[in-house]
Amino acid sequence: MPFTPPSVDDVIAAVADRFGPLETSVFRGQTRLVVPVEQSFELLEFLKARGFDLLVDVSCVDYLEYRDAPMQMPACAGRRYGLVYLLASTTTNQRLTARVFVDDPEPTVPSVVSLWEGANWLEREVWDLFGIRFAGHPDLRRLVMPEEFTAHPLRKDYPLQGRGERHNFPVITRHES
Amino acid sequence: MAVSDLQLPENVVVSRLDALANWCRKNSLWPMPFATACCGIELMATGAAKHDLARFGAEVFRFSPRQCDLMIVAGRVVMKMLPVLQRIWLQMHEPKWCISMGACASTGGVFDTYAVVQGIDRFIPVDMYVPGCPPRPEQLIQAIIDLQDKIQREGTITGREFDTAGRQARKRALVEIAAPLSSDAARNPVLQRQLTARAESLTGRS
Repeated sequence: MPFTPPSVDDVIAAVADRFGPLETSVFRGQTRLVVPVEQSFELLEFLKARGFDLLVDVSCVDYLEYRDAPMQMPACAGRRYGLVYLLASTTTNQRLTARVFVDDPEPTVPSVVSLWEGANWLEREVWDLFGIRFAGHPDLRRLVMPEEFTAHPLRKDYPLQGRGERHNFPVITRHES
Repeated sequence: MAVSDLQLPENVVVSRLDALANWCRKNSLWPMPFATACCGIELMATGAAKHDLARFGAEVFRFSPRQCDLMIVAGRVVMKMLPVLQRIWLQMHEPKWCISMGACASTGGVFDTYAVVQGIDRFIPVDMYVPGCPPRPEQLIQAIIDLQDKIQREGTITGREFDTAGRQARKRALVEIAAPLSSDAARNPVLQRQLTARAESLTGRS
């Protein structure tokens, strides 16, 4: 990378002091912190107070048919959805990734809208495409797919061409129009 | 006395009313630009100075369907957009034509996914397809010229060519015998006799 963000070791140390040692891994200069879902809201609140004032993105990975352990970390294996919180600090230029693993059925995660307003649409998108509920979200409904769409398309068991929803519309012939 | 026997002065032209109407309509096609994606940029380029679309009669790109007669669907149409497309199509006045510009509007293009409609001709009657990703402005102009030829060939002043249901051959087995709508008519013996006779004649023929 042309620009290398400063190290987040101090943040990891502070997190370890507060929450006990959490699983971390580093890949090409990016640090990932795995947090259990019960502590996820507290940890993100702690990180925000620590200076990570920008929530860059909330996304998800579906590990349904993944061969190895996610991120080569055996502690993460066994659960289907790995939520990704990309955090950045505008003051110190640090970047940190928080991973939260949840599983079927009824994957639920506390919403971080109260911490970062921008999480409103980011979490709506994850709900729309993956089906992960965000407890405490003020307006959890579909964002990119139509409202009457029933499936969650970015799950691994949803086919790329869909299940016929894209052509489920009335046909207008030349005579009728 | 045939028309060809008339001695006409030089400033008189004789033609059919259909041909005159077609000539007027084809040379003043006002496009409704339904540009959703990248083909919309090429549509704008076609309307710009270098490949001027206005010289073919497309003087203004009206964005109101009530004022247009040619809808150019440029770009991929997602399933969320399709009801909007249908509503705009229905709001246009007849006579109206549709050009499907680009690969995505014609067939879905490279996007064979759950959200993209694989060809708007599944849901809208399309007159002309322009292949390309995106098609060059010259291709779109060629499509408009071909559409003008089509209008000149097949158009009518009353718009009879749009009444496609009347031209389809009725299948005998599918002819519905009109049922009396009101209960009074159901008890009308004369009507019953007529309907029975008609039913028998049809079944006798087949």
